[in-house]
Order: sequence, then structure tokens, then C-alpha cells
Amino acid sequence: MEAFASTAQVTAPPPAPPIPSAAPPPYTMKESVAEMDARLVICDPDAPPVSGAGVTGIFAPESPPSRQIRDLSYLVFGICIVIFVVVQGFLVVAIFRGIRARRVASRPDSEASAEPVQIYGSIPIEIAWTVIPSIIVFVLTMVTIRTLRDIDITTPPENSMEVVAIGHQWWWEFRYPGPDGEVITANEMHVPVGRPIWLRLESADVIHSFWVPRLAGKMDLIPGHTNYTWFSADRKGIFLGQCAEYCGTQHAHMLIRVYADEPAEFETWLDHQRKPAVVDASVDAGRRVFAEYACLNCHTIDGLSDGMFGPNLTHLASRDTIGSGFIPLDRDNLRAWIDDPNQLKPGCNMPSLKLDPPELDAVTDYLMTLH
Amino acid sequence: MTIGSGHSSLAPLPGPSPRGRFWELVMQWAISVDHKKLAMMYIGAGLIFFLVGGIEAAFMRLQLAQAGNNVVDPATFNQLFTMHGTTMVFLVGMPILLGFGNYLIPLMVGARDMAFPRLNAFGFWLFIFGGLLLYFSYVGADGLYGAGTAPDVGWFAYAPLTSRTFSRGNSTDYWILGILVSGFGSMTTAINFIATILCMRCPGMKLMRMPMIAWMMLVVAFLVLVAIPILTAAQSMLLLDRTLGAHFFDPETQGSAILWQHLFWFFGHPEVYILILPAFGFVSEIMPTFSRKVIFGYPLMVAATVGIGFISLGVWAHHMFVVGLGPVLDSFFGATTFLISVPTGIKIFNWLGTMWGGRLQFTTPMLFVTGFVAMFVIGGLTGIMLATVPLDWQLSDSYFVVGHFHYVLFGGTVFGIFGALFYWFPKATGRLLDERLGKWTFWLLFIGFTLTFMPMHVSGALGMPRRIYTYEVDRGWEIWNLISSIGVPVQMAGVAIFLWNVVRSLRKGEVAGDDPWDAWTLEWSTSSPPPEWNFDRIPTCTSARPLWDRKHPEDPDAHYE
Repeated sequence: MEAFASTAQVTAPPPAPPIPSAAPPPYTMKESVAEMDARLVICDPDAPPVSGAGVTGIFAPESPPSRQIRDLSYLVFGICIVIFVVVQGFLVVAIFRGIRARRVASRPDSEASAEPVQIYGSIPIEIAWTVIPSIIVFVLTMVTIRTLRDIDITTPPENSMEVVAIGHQWWWEFRYPGPDGEVITANEMHVPVGRPIWLRLESADVIHSFWVPRLAGKMDLIPGHTNYTWFSADRKGIFLGQCAEYCGTQHAHMLIRVYADEPAEFETWLDHQRKPAVVDASVDAGRRVFAEYACLNCHTIDGLSDGMFGPNLTHLASRDTIGSGFIPLDRDNLRAWIDDPNQLKPGCNMPSLKLDPPELDAVTDYLMTLH
Repeated sequence: MTIGSGHSSLAPLPGPSPRGRFWELVMQWAISVDHKKLAMMYIGAGLIFFLVGGIEAAFMRLQLAQAGNNVVDPATFNQLFTMHGTTMVFLVGMPILLGFGNYLIPLMVGARDMAFPRLNAFGFWLFIFGGLLLYFSYVGADGLYGAGTAPDVGWFAYAPLTSRTFSRGNSTDYWILGILVSGFGSMTTAINFIATILCMRCPGMKLMRMPMIAWMMLVVAFLVLVAIPILTAAQSMLLLDRTLGAHFFDPETQGSAILWQHLFWFFGHPEVYILILPAFGFVSEIMPTFSRKVIFGYPLMVAATVGIGFISLGVWAHHMFVVGLGPVLDSFFGATTFLISVPTGIKIFNWLGTMWGGRLQFTTPMLFVTGFVAMFVIGGLTGIMLATVPLDWQLSDSYFVVGHFHYVLFGGTVFGIFGALFYWFPKATGRLLDERLGKWTFWLLFIGFTLTFMPMHVSGALGMPRRIYTYEVDRGWEIWNLISSIGVPVQMAGVAIFLWNVVRSLRKGEVAGDDPWDAWTLEWSTSSPPPEWNFDRIPTCTSARPLWDRKHPEDPDAHYE
């Protein structure tokens, strides 16, 4: 919890230092990946203290589908534990009885026969241990189907809001369709508390899987096949997850952050995201760098470029993270990222454009203004 | 050229030089069509691949011991788990189990060899060359440009990650061809098993008198014949996609990424039973011998085996609950998956029934098969949890699944294999493995195995996906991963002791004699090691336990049939 102190750093990055004129020393990370992670996890001030169930644990549900799964799991785990105790109990008893029987039979004064009694089988017993498991299996099937009927739904729940999640190697695109125009953002998904989210799942390349364990079970994003899943956050907070279907080199760094906001906050956020990108004359140099180099081929900044291959950057600076959720967004990290993304996320698809240090600083400063 | 004339006039040939003797030995094995030699080569090659796959796993555990570790880079890590999975399934599990089938089937049914000995050798060499082809990708998969381009698409190689677009270079082609080639080997072996079991049983050995292993191998052979061609077809389609621009699995051109999953798992789930049924067979032979009791409920055991074989062909989509099949298919495949636990449960209960009232002798093989039962129960129960579709949505593709299938395939199959190695080593070599070292192997493997795989259930339930090369801190995963990694050296010690045991026992192990365990199946009636022709005189069989009948003429099994 000590990392609470650094919360402010994440949400309000320090003001950008002036552009150095000479080449700066080679970039060195100020903190280890582990330290950055710690900052990221704890930057959810609304989270109740992390219990043993963990920030991504399936036993700490915060949404109806995950809660129903948890409740079902108690029943299934219960049945399995009973079977486990019974079977292993019989095994242990059989072992000790069998060892003793052997010891008794091998005493010199033993009158036991050379071999124990041979039992070839018993029809009633065998029927019993066929029928009883069949009954258990029938019960399990029925409770599974009952839960499935509630959560494996093919039509949107009442009063739900549709959001589109598109998987890319190795980041997430989120789209909020609406009559006032579509809002497109990346990696950090904002949702209103208490309203069911009907999440449309698509993929731009290979198969990914959307998994935020505390909100819902996972569901695959498959190219050429649209899936849906749904959840409804119970409380304000940040819910973490990540891609759960192996999707290539950086599968491990395809993290999801779901921000559940109060409905009013959410509307404010959505309105803000709908606005065009900030144009700040003081960072014109950086804007030019962005527009003149290959950046614009892949990234959209409303009013400047419309590349679709990488994340939409129109409101980049309103996010907490870069690199699909594993690096906190601040000026140093962003500069290091642009300089050579493969240093931080080896194998990722964004190339280093080999910018000169002044260009690098300029474009970093520009991007940091895109609130 | 004259043949047979003038030899006597030549000076006697000098004896073969040491080098000559070496090549003579190599040729003796390389051109052998003897099922026992082929079996030992299968098992030996499988054990070598087992060490390779184990080392790959050790590197993965080293990388995951801490969050943010940097032992291997992400690309290498992805190659490691791909090669580990592919190796353990296709180059360790299959060949060792088929190897045991090869060794035991003719001896157990009282035949002189397999039905088609040369086909048998052909199958073995296909397996070897398939395996070498797969591993040659480390050298050749990028042409002349460099090494280290082993396949990195995961052992189930989901489309479209395997397409030319996302998998450049030739590593995926090596994966396809290596498995394709060794798959043909498995098919020929399956044909051989079926022909041998159905046509070459000795007089008196009715189907319902066969040792359980023969039954298991018969079902396995049919499963191989049904499942492997599907994989071969799917891989051929993928090869066409990659090399000739076909579009079977390419969603951009109306191909289907889900089709690959259906085809792969239609192979993949029977494959799981191909890997576990022979181990069931080992347990069903070893447990009665060391309980000194006949197997409990033989007919039901046979019925359960055949039942598992059939049901296993109808459960494949339980690997695909997160694909979005819809509630109807989800329910159906959940139900069939639950259903398969009934015949599997019957087997476990019948083994308990066999032990119950017996006089147990805890030799190393008995330790391993008892460990098998205890561990397999856990793997089976976590399987029931995963069959619960909604729960699978949480646990699928998480470390929970990794824990689950290692309980089945390591706690199950590998423990069964070790039990079988200790049990039949004296038959194959004439010498017993050392019992004291054997018990060390068991306990180290048991403890190491539990340390490594039990915590995976926890990290999975805490939200850790599988196949990630590193993970974030503060999610409660570190301690469980650390424990998992600590288990690795313990297991390695167990395996090292086993290897030492083999080397030592081959030279100065206790001489076994024909029937060291006082067992009841036909292989123990011939010498150890058996002659090339197995039996001087083809035996006859009066019941499911022919040697019991010979040892107890006053109370033969035949009375109870």
C-alpha cells in the first residue's frame, strides 16, 4: 500500500522538462519493470485491500457473470472435494490394510494361504459405482446448463451499452458506437458502474481472448467470427486482465485495464474523448515530426492522421499507461518507447524510427499534450 | 561374381576390429525387425526426447520463477513451450507407450512377433526421422540465415497465427512436417497392434482372456487410426495454405480459423486418451501382481475401456468453450465430458477393489502405480471442474489447465511409464533395477511433481494465463510460481537417479530370472531377456491368468470364468 503515494504520479505526470539542445545521455529506466507494475496495480484508489483472492482472482467477482461462476464453482469444488476425500480415503485404508495383511501372512507361524482370497468382481458393487457417479454427473450437467442459461446469452441484456473490443498483436482497441460519433481508444476501457456492457469481440489479426477475471469469464476474439460477452461492474474501480489466448511474441504484454466510473464521470470521459485532439502551438515542432515521419501511417490523431494499424492517439495523454498496459505513461517512458519500442517490448510491431534526439523530444512533448 | 566357391582356400578372415564390432552392433539394431529391439529403441529414443523436453521446461520455470525475469527472451520462451508440448506429446508419450505396446503385445498374447515386423520397423524410423526433422528446425528453419527459429506457435498451433502472414520463415513448416511424418509411423504401428491382437493370439486366448494391456492397446490403436489421420489432414491443409496459397484457415478469404480448432481437437482429445489408456494398462497389470489378487471386475474394466474409446471421440469441443460455440453446443460438450468421467471412475474404483483385501508389496513399480491412482484422481477431478462450462470460461487457458493436464499426463502417464519401466526392465534385460534407488526416484519425482504442479492450480485461479513469458507483480502469482520452479530441481534429481540406476543395473544389477515378480501373464513364462522368437513352443492359455493356472493347478482361474 506504500505505493499509494505514487498514485499522483500516474494520473498527473510531471511537467515536461525543456527540450535539451544537445544529445541527452542514453536512456536508462529509472525504475525496474517490477516497480512500474507495482505502481500500476495500486493506482486504483477505490480498490478494497487486496485479499488472498488477488486483484485478478476468479474468487473475487465484482460483476454478475463472474459472481454466478464463483457460486457455481463452490458447488462443483464441494462435490469434487467430497469425491476426493472418499476415493483417497479408500486408497489410504486399502494401502494400510494391504501392508498389514502382507505382514501378518508372512509371519513364520502364519496359517494364511500362500495367496490372499481371489475376488473376481461383484456385480452389485460394480453397479453401485457405475450408477452413483452417473447420478452425480447428471446433477453437474443440470446445474451447468442452468448457469449457462443465465450467462451464455445471445441477445444483449436489458439496458446494456454496446462496446466493441478489437484484438491486435499486441494491444486492444475499444470502440464506443453512438449517435454522436464513435469514440475510439486503446487498452484502457472505461465503463459506467452498474450498467451491463455488451462487449462485441473482434480481431484484426490472430485469435486473442478477453479475460478480466473479476468481471466475467474469458471469450475469444476470432478473425472472421464475432463473439459477444457481457459484464456489469458492481463498483467504481480498475479491473485488470489480459489476453488469455496465445497470440504471438508479446502475448504476455497484452494487458487489459477496465475503469469502472460513476455514470456521470463516464459521460464526462466519453464527451472528452469525442473532442478532436488538442492543438497546442507550443509543440508545433513535435506535431510536424509526427506528421512528416511514418507515425501517421499507423496512428490516428483526429484532425491530423488516420492510420489504423496502431492505437488511436487522439487522447493519448488521458491514459495511465502505454505499451498495452504494462508501462506507466510519463514523459520519460513515452520518450523511451518512441525511441525504440523493441527495447521495452521485444518483438512488438512498432518500429524504431531512429529519430534524432531533438525530434524525439519534440514528438514526445507533442504527444504529452494530447489530453 | 562367384558365390560359395573358393572361400575355403582363403586365409581365415581376421576377427572384426573394435570399430567393426561397433558397426556390427549398430547394424544389428538399425536393420532389426524384432519387436523387442524396436520397442527398446522406441523407449530409449522417447527417454532421450523426455530429457530434451524436460530441459525446455526447466528453462521456462527458471524464467517464470520471478516476475519480470530475463532468463530467455520472449521469442525463445514461445519456442520453448511449443517444443516442450510437441515433444512431450508426440516424441515422448506416443513412442514410449507404443514402444511398450510393441514389446508387450506379442509376449502377452503368446506370439512370435508383431503381425507385420517390417512395417513395424518402418513406423519406428518414421517416428525417429519425424522427431529429428522437428528438431532440425533449430538449425534449418530460417534457411542459411541463422539458428534458433524453432516453431513458436504453441503445440496446438491455432490458425491464423500459423499463416504465412504471422509465422514467417519455415519453422511452422518444420512443425507440420515433423509431426506429419511421425504421425504416419503411429498409424502403421496402430495397424500392427490391431492385426497382432486380433489375429495372432495363442491357442486358448479368447478376447476376454487377454491381459488388460492388450485391451487398452487395442482401443488405443483404433483411436490412433481415427484421430491421427484427422491431424494429418489438417496439417496437410495448413501446409497447402502456407506453401501453395490455399485458404482453408485464412479468415481474410472466407477460410475459417475455427475449423482448425475443430480438426485439431478432434484429433487432440482422443490423443489424450491415447496417452493415458496404455498407462491404465500398466496399472491394471502391476497392481494385481503386487496386491497378489486378480484384477477386480475384468469385464467391466474392458467395457469401461471401450466406452472411454467411444466417448473420447465426442468431447473435443470442450477445448473450445471460449470460442463462442453458443449455449447448445456448450451444454452438449459439457455433458459428454462429464459422461466420460463415469467409465474413468469405474477404472479407479476397480483398482481400489483390486488392492482391497490384497497383500500389498510396495516395490518401486507398485509405488509408481499407486501414485498414479492418487494423482490421476486429482487430474480427473480438476477435469470435472473444467467440464463445467462457465467455470471453464474462467479457468481455460490459465495455469489451472496447465496444472490439470500435468496431473493427468505426468502424475498419470509418466508415473505409469516409470512403473512399467521398473516392472518390465528385468524382462527386457535380465537384470532388476535397484530398488533403493528406485524408491528415491519415486519420492523425488512425487515431491517435485507436487511442488511444481499443485501451485499452478492456485496461480491459474488467481488469473494467470498460460504461455506468458513474464508476468506482472502484485497479482499474488509470485510465490506460487516460485514454488513451481523449486519443484524442478527435485524432479531432475529423481530423473538423474533413475538414469544412474539404469546404467548401473545394466552392468551389475541383480539377475532377475524368468519371473522375478511371481506374475501371471505369459511374458513371464519365457526367459529374461526373451529369445528372438519369444517362445520355444507357442504357449496355450486357459484363462486370463495363464501362469496362475500353472502355479495353482488346484484352483485355476478357468473355474471362475
